[in-house]
Amino acid sequence: MHTCNLGKYQFSIFGYRLIFLFFFNSRASELLFDGVKEHQVTLPGQSDPWDMKQLLVWIQRNLLKERPELFVQGESVRPGILVLINDADWELMGELDYQLQDQDCIVFISTLHGG
Amino acid sequence: MCQVEEEYREPPLAPAPPSVCKTCVKCKDASAAVVVRAGDPYCRTCFKDYFIHKFRAMLGKNRVIFPGEKVLLAVSGGPSSSSMLRQVQEGLSQNAHKKLRFSPGIVYIDEGGAVGRSLEERLRTASELQAVFRSTGFPFHMVPLEQVLDVPPSVLVPAASSQPAASVYKAAVDGFLQAAGGRRPGAAVQQQDAAGLDVLEAHTASLQQLMDSATSLTARQELLSSLRQHLLVHTARSHGYSKLMLGDSCSRSAVKLLAAVCLGRGAQLAQDTGFSDSRYGDVVSVRPMRDYSAKEIAFYNHMFGVPSVLSPSLTTKTSDKSSIQQLTESFITRLQADFPSTVSTIYRTSEKLQTAGGSSGGTAGTDTCLLCVCVLDTSVGNATAFRSTLVSQCLSDSRAVPSGPDPVSAKQSRPCGGQQCGTRTCSAEDRTPDLKALLCYSCQRTLRDLSSLDRLPHYILSEAQSRARRSQLREEIRDFLLDHHDDDEDDEGLHSPPDPSVVA
Repeated sequence: MHTCNLGKYQFSIFGYRLIFLFFFNSRASELLFDGVKEHQVTLPGQSDPWDMKQLLVWIQRNLLKERPELFVQGESVRPGILVLINDADWELMGELDYQLQDQDCIVFISTLHGG
Repeated sequence: MCQVEEEYREPPLAPAPPSVCKTCVKCKDASAAVVVRAGDPYCRTCFKDYFIHKFRAMLGKNRVIFPGEKVLLAVSGGPSSSSMLRQVQEGLSQNAHKKLRFSPGIVYIDEGGAVGRSLEERLRTASELQAVFRSTGFPFHMVPLEQVLDVPPSVLVPAASSQPAASVYKAAVDGFLQAAGGRRPGAAVQQQDAAGLDVLEAHTASLQQLMDSATSLTARQELLSSLRQHLLVHTARSHGYSKLMLGDSCSRSAVKLLAAVCLGRGAQLAQDTGFSDSRYGDVVSVRPMRDYSAKEIAFYNHMFGVPSVLSPSLTTKTSDKSSIQQLTESFITRLQADFPSTVSTIYRTSEKLQTAGGSSGGTAGTDTCLLCVCVLDTSVGNATAFRSTLVSQCLSDSRAVPSGPDPVSAKQSRPCGGQQCGTRTCSAEDRTPDLKALLCYSCQRTLRDLSSLDRLPHYILSEAQSRARRSQLREEIRDFLLDHHDDDEDDEGLHSPPDPSVVA
């Protein structure tokens, strides 16, 4: 049971259904993701399978509302934000090179003070 | 390592194929779920064992919490303190020989009034946390930060230490085991229902004014943490707790350490970041979470469903460069991303630090800072960096006075640090007591950033006044004192107030 504010995004890409969970401070997630808790969105299909690098770019373009530097830095996430793919550390999954699979669950947790 | 042309990129040593899970480094069986340190993947089960063991090992190694002792857990609702609460629960439910033997209570300080949250938001957070606390079965106290305005001045005075010496730990454990005879210490805990938050609007307004009077975010954060610390100690004292558990993680301690250096708190580093901190004498703060990185905690909380309630802090939504603390945090987390041993190196450094003059025993009897209650670092010789900073500060301040081309006359008309700048007259006609002489260097810097000192809570100002009176009195009768420097007894009788807890 997580009582913190979390945004839940469910959508299908390229035939894949993905779930995003964002564990941020309520105000920070308001700023970053408009405070919306649930989103139904569809990613455009593309010929190659999506990897995390492309996904972060897509999140930055489509979900982040303002101040994207609080979430992404360079082509990866901001240091201090943890990424879990299917409840496992993304460092084990190849980080940015991980190729998204059907039914994947991706979790972003901020460990920074103040969210 | 440090050559300009150094290639930091590793030669491509067979890049691990993505999406292939490694196996756990411990049981070498299950597939790994979390990378604790670089190259140490753990599976879920081993990670849980490792995490729980670490907490008990931390307490066992340090031997500061005695069996049966009342321990107050400071839970903010954030990941680290929530995880600490879970560890205490785990520890109390262990089988006999591994069990933790203290009786815990929980305190939650609601800082919503200081960061400008609405009452509805605050009540919502408080009720979520209340549900969490109630499920633990421990007594809990929900305290709004506004209550710091009603704290007695005695909170700023270190009380005589009532802590038993570490050498009697073993005997105390044996004695406790015999006396308890297998009885559960937590069983006698009475359920205590603190009905929501009791906040007066006027108090919220004056707290907000105090926060707004700080011109920089750095000062605001420092001020808030001082007030929070005072309120924690006050809560612990008034409910008879002798230990205060804080949830500072390893990452947090590293940030605090470097930020403290930047803020001029070098002399207080060991107390600010060490495992145990006895600056208040009768209430000792311990930081049992300082062996865990923020990552470990986040993973543990996520995997094992530890509820956490995140509420916004002063730095939420602010940029990296908004305050010294914030800048330090982003500096360390960025460095950590490329050099994974950054945090642990800083942390190991903090472990080796020790307070000057022995860490045990309260600081009763020596002059302590009015805000942070550390021993003053300002009584240093004339040829020191501190003194030259003060002199140059005096000079640059006096330049701002249009009518005073002569720095000496300007000095006399402005409060510039009491006897520290050499002229004792400078603060004599000041209405508010000369706070600077009562503060350590870092807290002087913090209060310098306040636009008005009148907004400070009453307990700080009245303690300042009584300290100023005492030192004035001591000055007057100085010639009649015997052996002023060596004899602590005479000295102590004069400047430590009649504190009820000393007598008791």
